[in-house]
Amino acid sequence: MHLQDAIWGITLAGMGLVALGFLLVIIQAGKPADDAASAKSAHTARRFQARLFGVLLVVFAAGSWATLHNYPIPPQHRALDAQQVVDVTGRMWSWQIEPATVEVGRSVEFRVTSADVNHGFAIYAPDGRIVTQTQAMPGYTNVLLHAFDVPGTYTVQCLEFCGIGHAPMAAELQVVATGGQ
Amino acid sequence: MAALTLYPQDERLEGGSRIAFNLYMITAVALFVLLMLLGLTMRMTQATWLTVSPVFFYKLLSMHGAGLVGTVSLATTAVMWYFLRKYVRLHLWAFVANYVLFMLGALCIIAAIFIGGYGALWTFLYPLPVYGMGLWSTQAAALFMLGYLLIGVGSLLFYLDAAAAIIKVHGNLGRALGLQWLFGGSIDPAHPKAVVASTMVLIANSLGILAGAVVLVMSLINIFYPEVPLDALFAKNLIYWFGHMYINATIYMGVIVVYELLPRYTGKPYPISRPFLWSFAASTVFVIIVFPHHLMMDFAQPRWLTVMGQVVSWGAGFPVFVVTAYGALTNLYRSGIRWQMPSRLIVLSLFGWAAGIVPAIIDGTVRNNLVMHNTQWVPGHFHFYLLLGAVVMALALMFHVIGREDAARDRASDRAGFLVYLVGGLVFTFAFLDAGHLSVARRMATHLPEWTATDRLGSIGATLVVLGMLYFAIRITAGLLRSPPGRETLHASAGTAG
Repeated sequence: MHLQDAIWGITLAGMGLVALGFLLVIIQAGKPADDAASAKSAHTARRFQARLFGVLLVVFAAGSWATLHNYPIPPQHRALDAQQVVDVTGRMWSWQIEPATVEVGRSVEFRVTSADVNHGFAIYAPDGRIVTQTQAMPGYTNVLLHAFDVPGTYTVQCLEFCGIGHAPMAAELQVVATGGQ
Repeated sequence: MAALTLYPQDERLEGGSRIAFNLYMITAVALFVLLMLLGLTMRMTQATWLTVSPVFFYKLLSMHGAGLVGTVSLATTAVMWYFLRKYVRLHLWAFVANYVLFMLGALCIIAAIFIGGYGALWTFLYPLPVYGMGLWSTQAAALFMLGYLLIGVGSLLFYLDAAAAIIKVHGNLGRALGLQWLFGGSIDPAHPKAVVASTMVLIANSLGILAGAVVLVMSLINIFYPEVPLDALFAKNLIYWFGHMYINATIYMGVIVVYELLPRYTGKPYPISRPFLWSFAASTVFVIIVFPHHLMMDFAQPRWLTVMGQVVSWGAGFPVFVVTAYGALTNLYRSGIRWQMPSRLIVLSLFGWAAGIVPAIIDGTVRNNLVMHNTQWVPGHFHFYLLLGAVVMALALMFHVIGREDAARDRASDRAGFLVYLVGGLVFTFAFLDAGHLSVARRMATHLPEWTATDRLGSIGATLVVLGMLYFAIRITAGLLRSPPGRETLHASAGTAG
């Protein structure tokens, strides 16, 4: 499953829960409560609010730990000992990628920069989904580490608006089986 | 019950106040329609239902972005002014000066784009504005930035006037925020939520505008003295610090309408509370420091900033879910509310805000950002909480102001307009989100054939949104130009409100 599909599912579930909460209240909104019922529902609401806070706090703590403890961005100022290194320079409106062929299953260190304005270095898999990305910024080299699972022709697409040639600013990256097969 | 009077005396719009308010709101709804039409044109171009050259497309995108960010701010500034003036003495000249400077700035931006050819988008990301590649001159880029400066100066004037007025009444901004009651003490039940929210906005947005002014002046110097280069990463930090706070402030200005009007329509008091004060104290900090979530893909950024961007993005959900949306729903629950346009819009705006931050939080996660950044997921989530949130908050006030004592008679055309806008908004925003899920890139004049399905769905949604907004604009403009609004209903009671 793509990460995007998991993201989509979690988002729909989250937005669905919000919608459900609103709908449940809206359905009841037109029926006025008497004083006793109001006092009771106010008490229940305060208890539920505390629980909601508690649940969200747990989600916040667990989610932050789960998504940050293996930090997804590699260190930028020390050797990464990657098995392959690719130098990437973006310029209006083309990519210079050296070499443009890498091997599947082996780590690749992309050193990404720009010769003019900001560009976005995004790698699209042959199935059309983004596998990873970083920014190409003038004056900086962003180091992206990735190991490809599937061989094929990947597309490098600019994802940061860079002027009239932004949309066509694409290049190919070949991911081949180990040993260049 | 005086507090629940539908149209209280101190909200009357008369003379210069009425003219200024009408100018703000009529300008806003007219611009909403025009700028949304530009958005529709872009979506239909991506859907291949229209043909627009890439050069013109990026002009439209620049105008749509800059224009709508500015217009949402204009409309929600009027919301803040409308309510805040009841509690502190605001000067009308500051409110009017903001409008005049906004219009002058807008003229500069329109001229820079449609005469000068500027097409480097609302973010003016350094150094793109100086790379016109023959399509725009550096003078056009400078004119665009001058427009921003004028608009920023207007906002700052308004905030400074508001700050001075608030300090005069409450002593200092901390007391206006209610910080003295965070850990104990009896909260003054008469302390206005509008003052708390306004104080938060003016603290955060003044800082944001100053950051914007710094990067604009730096960029202008670079335009005229290219031998003085900027640091691209530093410039980007300043731009997003400014941009994020500026657009985020619109929601916090707009939400004042919820605090003020919801209890009048539900007939239930909506008192100030310690969780409310905590939520605004936290939000003040969060809004100021959350901006690094825009720079997660800039790996050269110090790691602590990126981590802060994620942690604060997630944390920003607490005040919205646990306090604002939850508190409003508690007020709504079994209230016997009479559904009219203002109350309907208020509830929609809260839903738009609360639901819209779900995909925003998801995107504000470093791991997810690696595959979602700069896809259409981003316009998906911000259109959700702007189109169905901040804009709707402003519309709620406009419909309230044009309301009358016979507002109990809910117009069928209003209900139809609301439904068209709501359905259109949901289709439009979910088409963007689904496109992001499918890795469709944002900000592209031309799309791959496999991307057009979501473009077409988005175009259908956008058409409905424009139709709904066109109806709102006509109805609101006609209502505001009628006899002074709400006058005959000044003493309508909560009972009248339902």
